[in-house]
Amino acid sequence: MHGIPRKAPTQEELDDSSLKAAKLRDLQSQLLHFHHNKIYTEEAIQISAKLLESNPEHYTAWNYRKLAVQHLLNRHHENQLDSQSPQSILDDELILVENALKTNFKAYGAWHHRKWVLSKGHSSSDRELRLLGKFQKLDSRNFHAWNYRRFITELKKIPDEDELQYTTDMIYDNFSNYSAWHNRSMLLSKLLEKSAKGYEKRENVLSEEFEFVRNALFTDPDDQSGWFYHSWLLGQTLKREPLLISSSPPHGSNLSLSIDKPDRERTFPLILYFSEAVEGVSSSTVNVEYFYDGGDGLIWYPLSANKLGFSQAWLTYIEYPLDTLESFDVKVTIAQFPGIISSNGMPCSRSCYIYFTASVCSNNQEKSEVQTTHKISWNEENFKPHSTHPEDANLLASLCKLDIAKENNPTTPMLCMETISNEIACSRELLSSSNCKIGKLTLARLLVAHNTLITYGCMDSGTEAHYEEILALYHDLMKMDPAHIGYYEDEYSLVLMKQLTSNTESLLKLCGKYQELSSPSISSYTSVRLKVLSLSRVSCLEHLLWVQMLDLSHNKLRSIEGLEALQQLSCLKLSNNRLSSFTALEPLKMLNSLQVLDVSYNEIGAHSIDTRRYMCSSPLNSATGFGWQLKRFTDEDADLKRFWDAYLLFRDLNLVQLDIVGNAVVDERLKAFLIKLMSALKWFDGESCH
Amino acid sequence: MGELVVEKHIKYIISIEKKQDDFASVVMEHLRLNGAYWGLTTLDVLGKLDAVDQNEVIPWIMQCQHESGGFGGNIGHDPHLLYTLSAIQVLALFDKIDVLDIEKVANYIASLQNEDGSFSGDIWGEIDTRFSYIAICSLALLQHLGKINVEKAVEYIVSCKNLDGGFGCTPGAESHAGQIFCCVGALAITGYLDHVDKDLLGWWLCERQVKSGGLNGRPEKLPDVCYSWWVLSSLIMIDRVHWIDKKKLINFILDCQDKQNGGISDRPDDAVDVFHTYFGVAGLSLLEYPGLKAIDPAYALPVDVVNKIFLTK
Repeated sequence: MHGIPRKAPTQEELDDSSLKAAKLRDLQSQLLHFHHNKIYTEEAIQISAKLLESNPEHYTAWNYRKLAVQHLLNRHHENQLDSQSPQSILDDELILVENALKTNFKAYGAWHHRKWVLSKGHSSSDRELRLLGKFQKLDSRNFHAWNYRRFITELKKIPDEDELQYTTDMIYDNFSNYSAWHNRSMLLSKLLEKSAKGYEKRENVLSEEFEFVRNALFTDPDDQSGWFYHSWLLGQTLKREPLLISSSPPHGSNLSLSIDKPDRERTFPLILYFSEAVEGVSSSTVNVEYFYDGGDGLIWYPLSANKLGFSQAWLTYIEYPLDTLESFDVKVTIAQFPGIISSNGMPCSRSCYIYFTASVCSNNQEKSEVQTTHKISWNEENFKPHSTHPEDANLLASLCKLDIAKENNPTTPMLCMETISNEIACSRELLSSSNCKIGKLTLARLLVAHNTLITYGCMDSGTEAHYEEILALYHDLMKMDPAHIGYYEDEYSLVLMKQLTSNTESLLKLCGKYQELSSPSISSYTSVRLKVLSLSRVSCLEHLLWVQMLDLSHNKLRSIEGLEALQQLSCLKLSNNRLSSFTALEPLKMLNSLQVLDVSYNEIGAHSIDTRRYMCSSPLNSATGFGWQLKRFTDEDADLKRFWDAYLLFRDLNLVQLDIVGNAVVDERLKAFLIKLMSALKWFDGESCH
Repeated sequence: MGELVVEKHIKYIISIEKKQDDFASVVMEHLRLNGAYWGLTTLDVLGKLDAVDQNEVIPWIMQCQHESGGFGGNIGHDPHLLYTLSAIQVLALFDKIDVLDIEKVANYIASLQNEDGSFSGDIWGEIDTRFSYIAICSLALLQHLGKINVEKAVEYIVSCKNLDGGFGCTPGAESHAGQIFCCVGALAITGYLDHVDKDLLGWWLCERQVKSGGLNGRPEKLPDVCYSWWVLSSLIMIDRVHWIDKKKLINFILDCQDKQNGGISDRPDDAVDVFHTYFGVAGLSLLEYPGLKAIDPAYALPVDVVNKIFLTK
């Protein structure tokens, strides 16, 4: 099936093949006959051996063989005449497996049969390891052999340290042995985890491994194996505790609350944003103190579609009752008690806190939320950008705290920083003599890691963030390796967003106030514009939690994962992007304030394959908590069946304005369906409805 | 380069269905049920399922069923999960799953789950994440996923996750595109794709695309058309397919056609077979090659067949 050249067979070859076919067919039908009639004579067993040596993939023959062995063992057990000894019986099987593997050393049935024989307590580990040595010489990447090796080492309790040495030998023999590197990473993980003797100091072990892999990288930079291992080492080095990096309201800010609201609506959202996805944020792990005791019963919600409960952003609602004082302080203490853990398994062990003041005001002061009563046109003239005037800068500072981490004094272990700096130097050295793709990518990743360490470690290391260099590296990679442009664009987007949002100056350039001049209302939105930036992904939203109006139009967005954290978002423009399905818009379902949505000129309906079909809750998978009434999807409502993904999205949104023109999926039927579904909708593609 | 010679491939598949006596057919007699799935799904994707008479195929499939409820690869062969899935998939193509005693088949499959959540392929106990996928996919199509411990099944699959983001056949086994497809597919069907680090795995998968545009199954190996399915469907399920060059892959697959006799091979100028013909055509469908029916990346069946099962009953 694999690697056989294509050529028309000669008559001689055809005759040969017919002969072989007849012989094999004969063996196979005999085998089935013996099997069904439970015939285990010496002759029958020999025929099965002949079959398996020429066709080791014939799985029923291996089954027959096992039954034959059981039969023979029973005969011995019953002390029957001429019965073979168990040793001899099982030896025959081991020889058969070796012969079968000679025909095809990837035959699953053969390897499994050997394991089955071994489970009967026969054969020495020496013999098995010798056999494995033979196979690994033939093909060092034979994963059956490696799996079998792991089976034997476990069975015979061969210590991990010995096996680690074996991978060292294999790697020195040939650097391009991904299978050996893989095994090495597994063994090392185990040794580090259990702090085995000689492996207690994690940083030292990793340091030695970096040196070890450097040999491979410098010898053959174009071979992937070493680079994947290096990438794992990097991940291990950077493994750290999750940190709180942002909140809404921001630390040290003054929040305005409206008192003119009905009882049940007198709440405001509190959002905590961590450096990576965590679980376990609850009233037991986060303590909220304010004048009105209500902190105990707070329910925290993860702002992410992740069904395992991990999220970077977490939300709760804080109530303020009727007789609220003019202003009150709120203190939020995180991780006083353990329980917050990152998806990497790292616990948030160091406690930290933020505080802010909430002031109550009556109606005629600036409202903190906006009601949309007029059509949003997104016109340029309605947008008034912030200047770099200190007043505006202060306003921005009040909206987000760019250096919250400073308050909480985390530190980066020096060794970690040293390792990263060292690896950066080595990568540069390698790249000076060899223009290798993964080398460049690794340098980019190292520089990103360096940036992160500086930011979260709050170190004034003297070096500026490397953003320009990283972006240039990704540009290089797009040219060097155009097949993977999609990947580099995504990575580029992440870095660009970080650069744009991580300092006041660049953030100010994106912000402003939007006011619909053509309308009588005076309300305005705090707004951010990130358009025409070739963004294919969004992230680093920790500094945009206050945004009410966001323009992401004219980019290359395929996904909007991450937007769930922007709980103040009222108006969102996603026109002229590459969103290719309704399922891609699932994150919007968590935006409780969203009223205005523009997804015009995307690719919804233009693709026959939906790449997010299994990433969202749908009737196609058994995602838990999904109350799907399948029965209603019979002939009753053909539209519901046809537009099930649009239905699942829009029924959970409270839109007042929707723009959807320019997507292949839009027709009169869909339009009517959506207008019927969304009762609060006032404008559809610019025209008023309802 | 050029185009897909649809008519030639249809002729090729039909000729294979008829052939039983040459050496290649005899040596693969034990997996003929898989062959039926590959051939018939390809015909359906090419819009020509009606070229085959279901009244000939279905009785033969039923004859492959063992008294335990499982199916063997051919008449008289022992039952195994590998062939049970193919049987269910072929019946799904013909919308004839109801000819089965569904309880019986579902019970057979469920009986093969082990305590740690893994699945054995048959009573002889070989464990592999391929079998986890097969059990989950089969039971989902039969709408009897409740018969197994889904949480434990997922737990076992997650235990086979590697440090490079990929999955192997058993815990600690090297990442391999075929196993990754099985694990990602099983997680997709059960709704647990969140266990996959999509960026990490996505990068490992997209790096399977080599200079020729084809995909290999592991680092430093040769490209092969069958990986156009396994790598590609995995990328699609985790929404990272834009990380490869789709056009180049399409051209690679088209280059692997035998334009004279029909059929697709593992690499250009190699011998064709129905296995690679299926994976090539299925891959082209995932790449949105024009004129082909859309195929579902998790169930490996045409989307209309899957939708019918899940959106109507």
